[in-house]
Amino acid sequence: MASESETIEERLKQDYKWGFVTTVDADEAPRGLSEEIVRLISAKKQEPDWLLEWRLKSYRHWLTMKEPTWQNVKYPAINYQDIIYYSAPKQKKAGPQSLAEVDPEILKAYEKLGIPLHERERLAGVPGIAVDAVFDSVSVGTTFKNKLAKLGIVFCSFSEAVHEHPELIRKYLGSVVPYTDNYFATLNSAVFSDGSFCYVPKGVRCPMELSTYFRINAADTGQFERTLIIADEGSYVSYLEGCTAPMRDTNQLHAAVVELVALRDAQIKYSTVQNWYPGDKEGKGGIYNFVTKRGLCKGESSKVSWTQVETGSAITWKYPSCVLLGDNSQGAFYSVALANNYQQADTGTKMIHIGKNTKSTIISKGISAGHGQNTYRGLVRILKSAVNARNYSQCDSMLIGDKCGAHTFPNMDVKNSTAHIEHEAMTSKIGEDQLFYCQQRGIAQEDAVNLIVNGFCRQVFKELPMEFAVEAQKLLAVSLEGSVG
Amino acid sequence: MLEIRNLCARVEGKEILKGIDLHVKAGEVHAIMGPNGSGKSTLAHILAGKEGYEVTAGEALYEGKNLLEMDPEDRAREGVFLAFQYPVEIAGVSIAAFLKAAVNAGRKHRGQPELDAMEILSMLEDRCKFVEMNKEFLKRNVNDGFSGGEKKRNEILQMAVLEPRLAILDETDSGLDIDALRIVAGGVNKLRRPDRAMVVVTHYQRLLDYIQPDHVHVLQAGRIVKSGGPELAHELEKSGYRWLELEPKGAQSVSVR
Repeated sequence: MASESETIEERLKQDYKWGFVTTVDADEAPRGLSEEIVRLISAKKQEPDWLLEWRLKSYRHWLTMKEPTWQNVKYPAINYQDIIYYSAPKQKKAGPQSLAEVDPEILKAYEKLGIPLHERERLAGVPGIAVDAVFDSVSVGTTFKNKLAKLGIVFCSFSEAVHEHPELIRKYLGSVVPYTDNYFATLNSAVFSDGSFCYVPKGVRCPMELSTYFRINAADTGQFERTLIIADEGSYVSYLEGCTAPMRDTNQLHAAVVELVALRDAQIKYSTVQNWYPGDKEGKGGIYNFVTKRGLCKGESSKVSWTQVETGSAITWKYPSCVLLGDNSQGAFYSVALANNYQQADTGTKMIHIGKNTKSTIISKGISAGHGQNTYRGLVRILKSAVNARNYSQCDSMLIGDKCGAHTFPNMDVKNSTAHIEHEAMTSKIGEDQLFYCQQRGIAQEDAVNLIVNGFCRQVFKELPMEFAVEAQKLLAVSLEGSVG
Repeated sequence: MLEIRNLCARVEGKEILKGIDLHVKAGEVHAIMGPNGSGKSTLAHILAGKEGYEVTAGEALYEGKNLLEMDPEDRAREGVFLAFQYPVEIAGVSIAAFLKAAVNAGRKHRGQPELDAMEILSMLEDRCKFVEMNKEFLKRNVNDGFSGGEKKRNEILQMAVLEPRLAILDETDSGLDIDALRIVAGGVNKLRRPDRAMVVVTHYQRLLDYIQPDHVHVLQAGRIVKSGGPELAHELEKSGYRWLELEPKGAQSVSVR
């Protein structure tokens, strides 16, 4: 079957199509990390003293910490003095600007990425998606701000929120992920540059999807963004995050923090389609995606759900978690993680049950191909106070080929005997039999792999907003190209 | 339509087919019978292009083309269909989605426009009648949690949808109770057409009570040892495969035209 191996060769040559670099005039901090750099970042953003103090407190704490080693991923030591901690495209004036003032090169870059930085409606009568676009260290523009403001919804860059809504930032920053939380979250707390902020007032149902699109462009920079979403009593918001980076043969560090706060009866749906550059076929280059994401179900009957499709990054290391503090609150984690070529993924979730009748759901689908290593690591903790807590976990792995690996570490810590916990796990291999069955019906091998993988991921994809589910399927197909030969 | 000449094949070094000759014309139904291990399923798999078999001699021509050189998906798109003895499960993929992919792959291959979801669905709902299936069946995941009967009905449903020119039915009767057998055989009979040939591989005569073959061949130890009309199947049913073994060796190679 010479023709078949040829087509697979062809497909292998296909590049990461988001890997282009945009030429912009950038304002960069000198390489390395010190108190001066932390002060410089804060000064660039004209931050109030209390925030500078918080950064410095974080930085000093970070100096006392050791980089963790318990994770099931391997990478050479990171030289934190060789990273550029701040890079921003030069702007004509300081502070937030209107979309018309954004560098056309940047607008072109987002257009190329398929991210709409305009406020056209998708279809007549269908609202568009509000986007906050973060380019390297800064937010370059946020769409639909005025429309959302009419409903009292605040959706802007983090830097802007520090100036416009300091009371909310002061109250909630670090309230879910404290600055002492972990090595990378503490580093982020010291040097975070920008990110998105969202506040949905009492009783308001956000009428459109909100999204942040993160783009790393500059070389040798780290990206340390910080996102904070607050859903006030009885409100609802669905939030999407997308990410890409240029192809480079050095590794770049991305250490973000996301904090979600849901007050009484509020619901936050947070979806991520992570497509950072994964490195080449030999494992050279790619993003280290070391991220801390946590949602606090603060009020009674609040809900937080995380849906993630992780196809990119050389290393993905993240555990979007829920702290179920309010009685009757609910947390959910739906994940598809792909490790192809030499990618490594160590991802999962923590569900901390504190309130009564709290409920959590975990659906994790790990796909390993090539030499990829995929680890699910989860913790379900039921505290003594959590009477009648329930958890359902399902952690499935799929192997494509025989050089990859799948690992599952489900941890449980139950302190209350009224808890109901169910755990299911399954490992399957895309078998020759399945492929042949599809081929015998006329479906080409690569289409068959996509069909089988999409079936495997269906429970997670159905949690994504419709157009992103389609996008995620396509992304998975591209990321799996050449994995069966 | 199908011409097999002196086909010899090995699996893991072991000789399984030792010179098969078979000629199937459009509109004909051929039954291939034989005891376990005689090579019936191997023949079916090789014709469909399953990996793991080494063809050491001979050829198989399908509509004049060298079948053995074609990729399995191309054989399917050109109209070769295999009803599996053990249909494979695909979790999370509905029958409707699976058949949409299959139908459109074939249409694309033939240069026809692809059908949209609505067109596919109305076609599928119509074809469900062939195997007495409710259209709700289409929403179920391919063979996932199916009973033996449901799996085989699903195979015949797929045949009705893909409209092959050459259908190979591999032990379609195995694991079926009498009601399921009647439905499956009924579906197959409705699909008999002058421009379509069928090769029915079976261990038992039972299926042939429902699907009347034009020709019956007995496969034993990798060779077709006897060929005849439908009456041969009845003879086998009466005396079993053992009476063939008692015949003198010289009488074993009967090639069929």
